Amino acid sequence: MQNRVVITGMGIYSCLGKNLEEVRDSLYTGKSGIIFDPVRKEMGFRSALTAKLDVPDLKKVLSRSQRVYMPEQAKYAYCATVEALQNAGIDQDYLNSHEVGLLYGNDSSAEPTVLAVDKMREKKDTTLCGSGAIFQSMNSTVTMNLGCIFKLRGINLTVSGACASGSHAIGLGALLIQNGLQEMIVCGGAQEVNPFSIGSFDGISAFSIREDEPTRASRPFDRDRDGLVPGGGAATVIIESYESAVRRGAPILAEILSYGFSSNGDHISSPNVEGPSRSLEMAIRRAGIDINEIGYINAHATSTHVGDTNEAKAIYNVFGDRRIEVTSTKSQTGHEMWMAGASEIIYSMLMMKNGFIAANLNFENPDEDSAKLLIPDKRIEKHFDTFLSNSFGFGGTNSTLIVRNL
Amino acid sequence: MEKQELIEKINEVLAEEFEKEVEEITPDADIKSTLELDSLSLVDMVALIESEFGVKIKGTEVAEVKTFGALYDFVYSRMNA
Repeated sequence: MQNRVVITGMGIYSCLGKNLEEVRDSLYTGKSGIIFDPVRKEMGFRSALTAKLDVPDLKKVLSRSQRVYMPEQAKYAYCATVEALQNAGIDQDYLNSHEVGLLYGNDSSAEPTVLAVDKMREKKDTTLCGSGAIFQSMNSTVTMNLGCIFKLRGINLTVSGACASGSHAIGLGALLIQNGLQEMIVCGGAQEVNPFSIGSFDGISAFSIREDEPTRASRPFDRDRDGLVPGGGAATVIIESYESAVRRGAPILAEILSYGFSSNGDHISSPNVEGPSRSLEMAIRRAGIDINEIGYINAHATSTHVGDTNEAKAIYNVFGDRRIEVTSTKSQTGHEMWMAGASEIIYSMLMMKNGFIAANLNFENPDEDSAKLLIPDKRIEKHFDTFLSNSFGFGGTNSTLIVRNL
Repeated sequence: MEKQELIEKINEVLAEEFEKEVEEITPDADIKSTLELDSLSLVDMVALIESEFGVKIKGTEVAEVKTFGALYDFVYSRMNA
């Protein structure tokens, strides 16, 4: 007998807002978080487009000895996690007296690495890197920081699955709870936004160069899309067993019905159709639901030519001519990469809880494949109780989550 | 730099970095307990002195520089060596 897994808390820090309320409003009004960053142009970027968000100042919130090990994405993750824990009605006493786990998606920490190497090259003295550099520059920086700050004592692990990291983190967390290995896990995804982190990504011509129209640059599924726009921040969901949530009288927001996954076993950057299709099919099969119960699909679609085309094909392969709304919130946020799988669960949850589907911004003309899907270019008011969220990443890693309203 | 000026500068940068009041830093006070340094933040103090004053405190010397007074003397002597 497997445990049911529910979501009891959410928190977010993104280019659409610094908390759930702000983000909900931004989704509703169709705000874009994308800007042109002149600093990137000076650094030699092909595209200076990026999501815009401020690094939180935690000086009055955390001690120096807590802050010094935190790169920017850990600060975003801290803010998102504080909100999620509050949302779930969990205080420090609870964390101190229960074995709460931590699984967070993160797949880079470039800025502290670059700065430390610069210092070594310039000064020929590693001491000058300072004590924070090693902890800030490891991939597991988010989980090591959050685990110490919140004094978490369950599983403590970073999930690095490229742009599906956040989704895999939630999916793996759900599996641990289903199987009775943990009762509660802080899950999420974080993404650094500094130029160092994505300069080499820009270098492979993956980004949109529609620099004269930043808010129109991220245009998933649109015929004239020309690449993704990098974004970031952090998103946290508190997941726990249904029994645990009921026992502590927690607000139960939704149930994670299933986690599907697959690997393409193919090209390092170009996705295919077969791999994502298997991830979708696995999630639907494991959820044990009728496919018609799914009322909304939050696509991975990043606004790249091949990626969006192949995802549209995969969705059509699985859903056929069923008219289920499909959108990519990346049209507002850009591609939040390691964070995206977690943030998009929260974006979808906010839409589900508030009875609307945010517009797929800039969807002006379909291409041959996106024409087969129902993609609203304007916000629609719609009640739905079950959604599916896709996340795919470099190397052909795929993750699909299905969530039901409770 | 005159020694008194150096002392004031050292106190200022240490207080700023380790978020203490300058008044807490006195010549006889123990550096580690006053600044609440552990083995990691001690590295930051050494790096700070090196970057601000160009004086490197080597691993074997750190143990000898226990008080702020000893630190002032150490940095002053190295700067004027």
